[in-house]
Amino acid sequence: MAINTKDVTWVEPPQLGLLDQLYLPAIVGGMATALKHLLETVTGTGPDATQQYPEEKPKLPPHYRGLHRLNRDEKGRVKCVACFMCSTACPAHCIDIVAAPSPWNDREKYPETFVIDELRCIYCGMCEQACPVDAIELTSIFDLTGLSREQMIFDKEKLLSVYDETVRRGTDPVRTHSGKLGPASEPGEAGLTESSSAQS
Amino acid sequence: MATVYVNDQPVDIGNEKLNCVQAAEKAGVLIPHYCYHPALSVVASCRMCLVEVGEKKPDGTISMMPKVVPGCQTPVKDGTVIVTRSDKAKDAQERTLESLLLNHPLDCPVCDKAGECTLQDYSFGFGKAESRMHDEKKTPPNKPDLGPNIDLFTDRCIMCSRCVRFTREISGTSELYITHRGDHSEIAVFPGDPLDNKLSTNVVDLCPVGALASKDFLYKQRVWNLKTVDSVCPGCSTGCSIHIDGNKGVIHRLRPRANPKAQGHFMCDEGRLGYHYANSADRLREPSIRGPHGWTPVGYREAVQTAQQGFNEHSLRSITGVWAVLSPFMTVEEAYLLALWIRDFGKEARLVLGPVPREGEDDHYPKDCRGNAAPGVPKFTIRAEKCPNRIGVEAILKHFTGTVIGFDAFLTALGKGHVKSAFLAGGYLPTGRGHWFPAEAVPLLEQVNMLVVQEIFTSALSQKAHVVFPSATWAEKEGTFLNHQGLAQEIHWNSAPPGESRTDGQVYLDLLGRTGLMRAHQLRREIAQVIPSLSQLSTGHLGTEGVLPGEAPPVQSPKRKIPVS
Repeated sequence: MAINTKDVTWVEPPQLGLLDQLYLPAIVGGMATALKHLLETVTGTGPDATQQYPEEKPKLPPHYRGLHRLNRDEKGRVKCVACFMCSTACPAHCIDIVAAPSPWNDREKYPETFVIDELRCIYCGMCEQACPVDAIELTSIFDLTGLSREQMIFDKEKLLSVYDETVRRGTDPVRTHSGKLGPASEPGEAGLTESSSAQS
Repeated sequence: MATVYVNDQPVDIGNEKLNCVQAAEKAGVLIPHYCYHPALSVVASCRMCLVEVGEKKPDGTISMMPKVVPGCQTPVKDGTVIVTRSDKAKDAQERTLESLLLNHPLDCPVCDKAGECTLQDYSFGFGKAESRMHDEKKTPPNKPDLGPNIDLFTDRCIMCSRCVRFTREISGTSELYITHRGDHSEIAVFPGDPLDNKLSTNVVDLCPVGALASKDFLYKQRVWNLKTVDSVCPGCSTGCSIHIDGNKGVIHRLRPRANPKAQGHFMCDEGRLGYHYANSADRLREPSIRGPHGWTPVGYREAVQTAQQGFNEHSLRSITGVWAVLSPFMTVEEAYLLALWIRDFGKEARLVLGPVPREGEDDHYPKDCRGNAAPGVPKFTIRAEKCPNRIGVEAILKHFTGTVIGFDAFLTALGKGHVKSAFLAGGYLPTGRGHWFPAEAVPLLEQVNMLVVQEIFTSALSQKAHVVFPSATWAEKEGTFLNHQGLAQEIHWNSAPPGESRTDGQVYLDLLGRTGLMRAHQLRREIAQVIPSLSQLSTGHLGTEGVLPGEAPPVQSPKRKIPVS
């Protein structure tokens, strides 16, 4: 669709004054900056611009979208309820879940298998946004390598081990939801009625 | 002629006896409802269909009733005025939904109904965004042992009582009842009397929420991943209209499709759960030829050529020794093409109808308290004839041979050694009732010089063959089935046949030497021209409800979505 001409605002470049037209102050200013950096480098007083990767690992922000993890609940079981919201939301179709009746009394459904093809994934983070129980999250682990395609297909155990690893390192990602989770996450708890009033 | 005004829109309802919900549906207006179902009695207990109803007087004035009334229980007449979206009606619908959601757990992420749940749909369309409930929700325990095929998630139930009325009015077995009162109400069965009648899984389709779940489908798929095609159940000659729900070439469930001409709204459990063989990994996947060194899997082209050559040679030696057995599981188109091919060799080539599986007597519902069929017109019948298309195949056979020759003639000829080349057509459902071909006759097949067999699974029969074509199941082909009363219905494919196999119709087309793909609607036109008794196929389209003998077929079928796997 063409843009309506009345929606277009024309912006003129600012008029240059006499001093600006000489360009000398700008040249002197640029030279001063270059000289400052030169002095800092020679004397070693400035900040380090280069990180010595891989000996030195970068500190990434906690909302970085790297490798997935599958969270555990307070009893150490997989938190996922196999609702397929992540695989439905996934634009790359990289999540494959097989659901089954759960072996536990307090839950109805759980993922029998949960497989993410990390090579197919585009790390958009739609899966963690879609998850109603905050079971899947993207961690700040970015240096993902494997020797074969099979190694890059992460199953449930591998994704749970990513959770254990990030908890051990203390690099938990930030929670994607604020406030209480949906009732599917915490069945039979007191928080259920408060959260359900917001959901119904 | 009676005219009803739905939201100011006049609708002509003719002489039909309708209620407000049905009249509004005619006008294309949805009155939300849970407990009302066209096949069940009206109880007006869910209060979801509350609307404003009034009357237009002959002088043009309109007088409305002072309160909202349940639409399902209010009959319409000439001049009835229905207002579904007035402030009063909207308010009633909102409050009803709020009340229904008071104790509903909202565990949609783990509920199998999510995506096709009317509680979700109506909450979105007619509900309010918030609940004023501050107390804790009730969480009664689930009842996984409600029946062998049914699971009850008690807390999701909204007490519409459709399932209870189904067991009382349609199956007549009355297993279900409502126990307790008020918000303690629960669906229950009596101890030692589970919900195990032959129609029991219909309560899952009737349930407007996810309270009743089919154990067969439980947690298999989310419903929005399923691709649906319209088809016909091949289990018996009732020919129930069904939906096949599949994903990625796998059938996940069958659902009844409402069709007043065929079976009504329901289907039996045997038909509904009888699809698993189609998903089996043990199915025959490629054609094979038996040579001097045993079986060799071959390409499809080679198998077709071998069968053509074999039949050509042996038909020249003895045309009366050419036999073809047409199974009553074939579609009309397949039977026509096979008969055409066999009759190409000569007029004396024999065509016989394969064994027609029968089991017991026709099973009529509802039942009375002793388990016998209740008096009156049956509301559902499971037929004893366990094949979908005997009538259609017989019509083809009558055209080609003048009369229908039974399977016994083939066995007699086989016993006498008169059968020189034989084509045994496929499609028989593998059931617990044993193989369709009598075991004692299998050794006699040794003397047949050219035996072509179509089978879904390897069997003693296919071991005796010279050429084996893997047969496609009914969910993999297009075609026509004629049910017990001659109702012609279209079937459509949900997935491609496995491996190297082709649909049976395609095999016959290639044997005939015709080019192109098997297109059912074109063949229907051809058959109707050749065979006057099947004139109901003349346009090639049968619509969604099918065409009875003597009825005019529709000119165009509704556009069908091709399933993408």
